[in-house]
Amino acid sequence: MRGPACEAALPGRPLSSVPEGETVRLVGVEAGHGLRARLAAMGLVPGTKVRMMRNSGHGPAVVEVKDTRLALGRGMTLHLRVE
Amino acid sequence: MACHDDKPARPGRKDGALTVALAGNPNSGKTTIFNNLTGAHQHVANYPGVTVERKEGECTHCGRRLHVVDLPGTYSLTPYSIEEVVARNFLIEERPDAVVDVVDASNLERNLYLAVQLLELRVPLVLALNMSDLAERRGFAINHRHLSELLGATIVPTVGHKGKGTPELLDAIVAVAEGRGLPRPVEVTYGREVDEELAKLVPLVEAVPGLSNHHPPRWVAVKLLEDDSLIRESIERLGDGARPLLDAAAASRRHLQTVFGDSPEIVIADRTYGFISGACEEAVTRTVEARHTMSDRIDRVVMHSALGIPTFLLLTYLVFQFTFTVGEAPTGWVESFFGWLSQSLAHLWPKGAESPLRSLLCDGVIGGVGGVLVFVPYIILLFLAIAVLEDTGYMARAAFIMDRVMHKIGLHGKSFIPMLVGFGCNVPAIMATRTLDTRRDRLATIMVLPLMSCSARLVVYTVLVGAFFPNRVLVDLGFMAVRTQPLILFSLYALGVLLAIAGAKLLRATALRGETLPLVIELPPYRVPTLRGLAIHVWERSRLYIKKAGTIILGVAIALWVLTTYPKKQRYAEDYEARGRAAAEAYARSMRELAEPLGLPAAHAGQLEALARADLALAEARENHFEHEAGHKEAVARHERALAELRAGPAGARIASFLQVRQTIEEARGRFDQAMQRYNPPDHSPAHVSLLRHLEDDLAKPRSSDAAAYAAASAYLDKALPAYEGELEAIRNGQAAEDIAHSMAGRIGRLIEPLIRPLGFDWKIGTGLLGAFGAREVFVAQMGIIYAVGSGEEHVEALRERLRAEYTPLVGFCIMLFFLISLLCVPTTVITRRETGSWGWALAQLGGLTALAYILTLVTYQLGRILGA
Repeated sequence: MRGPACEAALPGRPLSSVPEGETVRLVGVEAGHGLRARLAAMGLVPGTKVRMMRNSGHGPAVVEVKDTRLALGRGMTLHLRVE
Repeated sequence: MACHDDKPARPGRKDGALTVALAGNPNSGKTTIFNNLTGAHQHVANYPGVTVERKEGECTHCGRRLHVVDLPGTYSLTPYSIEEVVARNFLIEERPDAVVDVVDASNLERNLYLAVQLLELRVPLVLALNMSDLAERRGFAINHRHLSELLGATIVPTVGHKGKGTPELLDAIVAVAEGRGLPRPVEVTYGREVDEELAKLVPLVEAVPGLSNHHPPRWVAVKLLEDDSLIRESIERLGDGARPLLDAAAASRRHLQTVFGDSPEIVIADRTYGFISGACEEAVTRTVEARHTMSDRIDRVVMHSALGIPTFLLLTYLVFQFTFTVGEAPTGWVESFFGWLSQSLAHLWPKGAESPLRSLLCDGVIGGVGGVLVFVPYIILLFLAIAVLEDTGYMARAAFIMDRVMHKIGLHGKSFIPMLVGFGCNVPAIMATRTLDTRRDRLATIMVLPLMSCSARLVVYTVLVGAFFPNRVLVDLGFMAVRTQPLILFSLYALGVLLAIAGAKLLRATALRGETLPLVIELPPYRVPTLRGLAIHVWERSRLYIKKAGTIILGVAIALWVLTTYPKKQRYAEDYEARGRAAAEAYARSMRELAEPLGLPAAHAGQLEALARADLALAEARENHFEHEAGHKEAVARHERALAELRAGPAGARIASFLQVRQTIEEARGRFDQAMQRYNPPDHSPAHVSLLRHLEDDLAKPRSSDAAAYAAASAYLDKALPAYEGELEAIRNGQAAEDIAHSMAGRIGRLIEPLIRPLGFDWKIGTGLLGAFGAREVFVAQMGIIYAVGSGEEHVEALRERLRAEYTPLVGFCIMLFFLISLLCVPTTVITRRETGSWGWALAQLGGLTALAYILTLVTYQLGRILGA
């Protein structure tokens, strides 16, 4: 449906590339309609500051968003664009 | 407390009770607040058609009865998950008199997102600002009054785990429900562009007949801009009258998309957070930037890239170990309780008499239901352990750690613990899948869980492996030797795991296909769980198990009893009564042979026979009378008189010595056996050696003082008596074997024989499998009966011999294979039905696994035969 197709060339770099300890700003979410809403409800909206807590380079990552720790699967971190 | 007596004319529900819904984010402490409000007055059900728990409870405040419904924990009210849909439908359709949104004060912004959605829904809202002590410690100072004005909702600070704020919360609930003290609702602004589009849509919503009666118009407009599928579809169903609205909404969405270059729902979410942070900036002051410090320290170990998995495995092992070691003793108590109950009930009937009702109650009902209730201690302990892992916040970390591995299998990180528990018992394992968030993940896990070899299957494996496979050393690695039996056992367990993986993948590709949910979970700060919370958690689950499983399993137990008991055989192929009389006769005669070792003249050998007959008469009386009955006392007195006569008769002194020594030996052996049973020392251990020495000491005196009497008594106890008892046992077993062959179960076994013949099974195995449906370990007992070797533990070796004589090792392996895969366990089916909410899944599981078992066993047996195994 509507969704990731219209953001073919997203700005920034994937969240997965952010090293531990760095704080970045979320600029885009490549996900389906429902998942985007869910991520938004959990605080992951474009413009939000995201701090990388744990990123081993493979497997899931842990980030801090709006005073909460979120564990994000590897696939998810590849689809969150930050700068 | 601020109770107002002037009740306005808001009648609430029919029965005068107010309905209160409890909403909130996961990890906001919602359950604790629910427990504080309702105490133990709770009940759990599922929302119709979905596997979402619906918890309800009652309480009374200021003379008003409150009916509290705990909605599932959600982050928002989008139709993304079943939980959110359920919560939203409840709010819209059942229109609670008050809605409490439990908000984690130490994580305010994210938690208020849901609050804003509730405000949009125009529900009578109370915000419970929970964990306000924690928020203060973390440096948040929240101006409640100001925040309340900014949001337009009543706010009550609470500390859930200390029970603080509960009376005030109840006051606020009653006040809001009665329409008092409701602050002026605030309209959330989403910025000029969005608000303009909303202003265009609201009149169109109001123009659609029937729509704005149920939903606040502005909320509908917002949902249409978000392209909320549920709302759009429900409006589409209204027909042409709604066309202008839908067209306008689509146009507005397009407009916003071009203006913002992002989809409207994201813009709205962004503006919602903007509204929230605006409110928080005004009402909340932050003094220190400190949060998660302790949690971070724990996570550094628990989620470490190298230490994480070992820590997780250790913890799950501990859960497993805790459940099945601590549970062992209470399980024994439950078993002995049912044993005692069965015996006490049996006393209501005269001993020795046949009674179908007694058999039904003692063997069928108590045997069947007791067999299921023995799991209860395991279930309680397992859920206690899991509740601790959940309530502390570790479960979210476990999902994180196992996510990579489990995702490859097509399961969720959280599936791992139930799978592991399955090796102990599938029933609590299936219940443990409740920690999984989505129905797809839960179903996939439940469906393949029975492939984990439970401990009941191990009982069957050990008997069969011992029967068919000599424990040869296959490979000697020096430090350890690979032996046949453990290797076969291991291969069965491994095969189960592999089939489970394949099954999960298959399900994910077919019936449960769909986008695998990417892992997005909150890692809440670690908390110390409250005893009360744990207790309520455990109580809920265990009660459900006892109630639901108990009722259906009772029916199944009775059905199985009928199948294995009826029709009764009227005429046996052999005259067992005559055989019994002959055995007694032979026994009495064999006593004469003891005259020689005892040093009794052959002329007086008859005295020994008379002694045997007196013993037989006493034994017969014991068969037919309970100890407290007159018949028993009379028989004992008769026996005493007979012995006295023998002692006074010819060669009385020798007889008296024989009786004396016999009693001494019996007592000494009895003490030894008792001690062995109680302490169970391994062979050759110091304790074992010491017990043996005691036995020797006890026997030394009679042996030295009267060697002849000792030899005679030993010959009696070691030869004459066992020979007789063995024959009696054989008679009982022969009768039981004929009974079961004649019963419906035996006939069904014969009936399905053509079907299972290609697997290498005969009707006897078929009958045994039928019995195993109630509980798997019954298979061993059932085969014992069919093969007329007796069903007790002491007969396992005899059963193994018979099996070895009847079947090839290939058939033996096929039985184990079939046992591994097929779902021979009514409790599992019942619990699957309960947990999935449908017989469809339970029967699909039963049918699928049976079919899989059949096919794989068929292939194995036929291939094995071709290869000449």
